[in-house]
Amino acid sequence: MHDFQYHKPSSVADAVAALGSGEDATLVAGGMTLIPTLKQRLAAPSDLVDLSGVADLVGVRDKGDHVEIGAMTTHAAVAASPDVPGCLAELAGNIGDAQVRNRGTIGGSVANNDPTACYPSACLALNATIVTNSREIAADDYFTGMFETALEEGEIITAIRFPKPEAGKYMKFENPASRYALVGVFVAKTGGQVRVAVTGAGQDGVFRATDIESALSSNFSPDAVDSSTIDVDGLNGDIHASAEYRQHLIGVMAKRAVAACA
Amino acid sequence: MPSVTMTVNGKQVSGDVEGRTLLSTFIRENLDLTGTHIGCDTSQCGACVVHVDGRSIKSCTLLAVQAEGADVVTIEGLADGEELHPMQEAFRDCHGLQCGFCTPGMVMSAVDLLNVNPDPSDHEIREWLEGNICRCTGYHNIVKAVKQAAQTMRGQAAAAE
Ligand SMILES: Cc1cc2nc3c(=O)[nH]c(=O)nc-3n(C[C@H](O)[C@H](O)[C@H](O)COP(=O)(O)OP(=O)(O)OC[C@H]3O[C@@H](n4cnc5c(N)ncnc54)[C@H](O)[C@@H]3O)c2cc1C
Ligand code: FES
Ligand code: FES
Repeated sequence: MHDFQYHKPSSVADAVAALGSGEDATLVAGGMTLIPTLKQRLAAPSDLVDLSGVADLVGVRDKGDHVEIGAMTTHAAVAASPDVPGCLAELAGNIGDAQVRNRGTIGGSVANNDPTACYPSACLALNATIVTNSREIAADDYFTGMFETALEEGEIITAIRFPKPEAGKYMKFENPASRYALVGVFVAKTGGQVRVAVTGAGQDGVFRATDIESALSSNFSPDAVDSSTIDVDGLNGDIHASAEYRQHLIGVMAKRAVAACA
Repeated sequence: MPSVTMTVNGKQVSGDVEGRTLLSTFIRENLDLTGTHIGCDTSQCGACVVHVDGRSIKSCTLLAVQAEGADVVTIEGLADGEELHPMQEAFRDCHGLQCGFCTPGMVMSAVDLLNVNPDPSDHEIREWLEGNICRCTGYHNIVKAVKQAAQTMRGQAAAAE
């Protein structure tokens, strides 16, 4: 790992200032993605700005029809929170392993937009809003490609807002070595609207399976998934699974998720 | 060079480190506590697990400066003098180790499990230990050890009431 200047601000404003001061400054949240990346020398920032001193960024707030989760809330805290919808708490409780969940944060996961990460699918399926230090971004406009998001340079996620669904379920087919999603499908019904998001499979990262959504809108049952098409174009094939196998898993995971919602 | 101060196994320690110094490096090289092992560089094996402010974490994936002011417990801090912690005792009784490389991380992780769930099922133990890789035992005796320690510790807690 290359060395860097370490900063630990205690407010979002100070964090923004610290980010601006270094020539190539980076935020660190739980560090569960960033520190391994630094160790492999895949990144070499001049400055590291640690968000763990910003108390406002931690916690789950129940806002009636939605919950707001602070960016620095760990996966373990989300999993244990009685205020978080069950489907989202369960997703958080199955990320990585216990030690990753004790450090890793929702803000870090959503900022990173790993194509195999779990939270991005929850954001899309639950129609979440990503709140930053300067604006609010709808999930549909936020995930722009593999490891790519709508965040501007120096922009900090402060919270994510999730509308509470009538029903929802995330089904993950785990890569047994890394525990990330080989394919993960989040099905949610909120305000009568069905949304289905797929992670782990797309060449451009997380995406909405609109054909499955329309099939489920008229008939919310596992059988409806069979009658919809999942296009193999745009799916990822690699040493872990072919594109065709991922295509098959999307259908299987979607059906299981719908069955669990019913 | 930044300096850090933290409590390790009940004693206050400080040292000069680089920003990039990992907590595991600080523990092993500055403090000479080599019970914390390093088994990978991808944050996947769990040999380096210690407790920071009461929760298990991978010390290879935390900077020493991030542990400023924290309360850290390593495998060396678990026993009470000559008396092994019930988890260590159970690993010995149940033959929960062979080469022993994974053991410090396994034990620290398992102790954290019992803090959040004093009576875990076999399945819950296996799920919790997902981040601790053992290349020798096949896990069966590890699970047995954690169950035995859980029973001992529940007994101790009941006796203390
Ligand atoms: C062994 C292992 C298994 C894992 N398994 C899974 C899994 O099954 N599913 C899954 O989804 N993930 C998994 N992860 C990843 C884990 O969830 C990470 O915690 C997460 O991806 C990143 O969160 P973090 O808080 O650690 O962020 P960091 O590593 O600290 O940061 C990640 C990136 O986000 C940026 N960032 C962080 N916070 C903010 C913010 N508030 N605003 C703007 N940018 C920010 C940082 O600059 C950095 O570029 C795994 C990780 C490991 C090591
Ligand atoms: S040394 Fe492998 S997880 Fe820390
Ligand atoms: S006892 Fe050898 S790795 Fe676990």
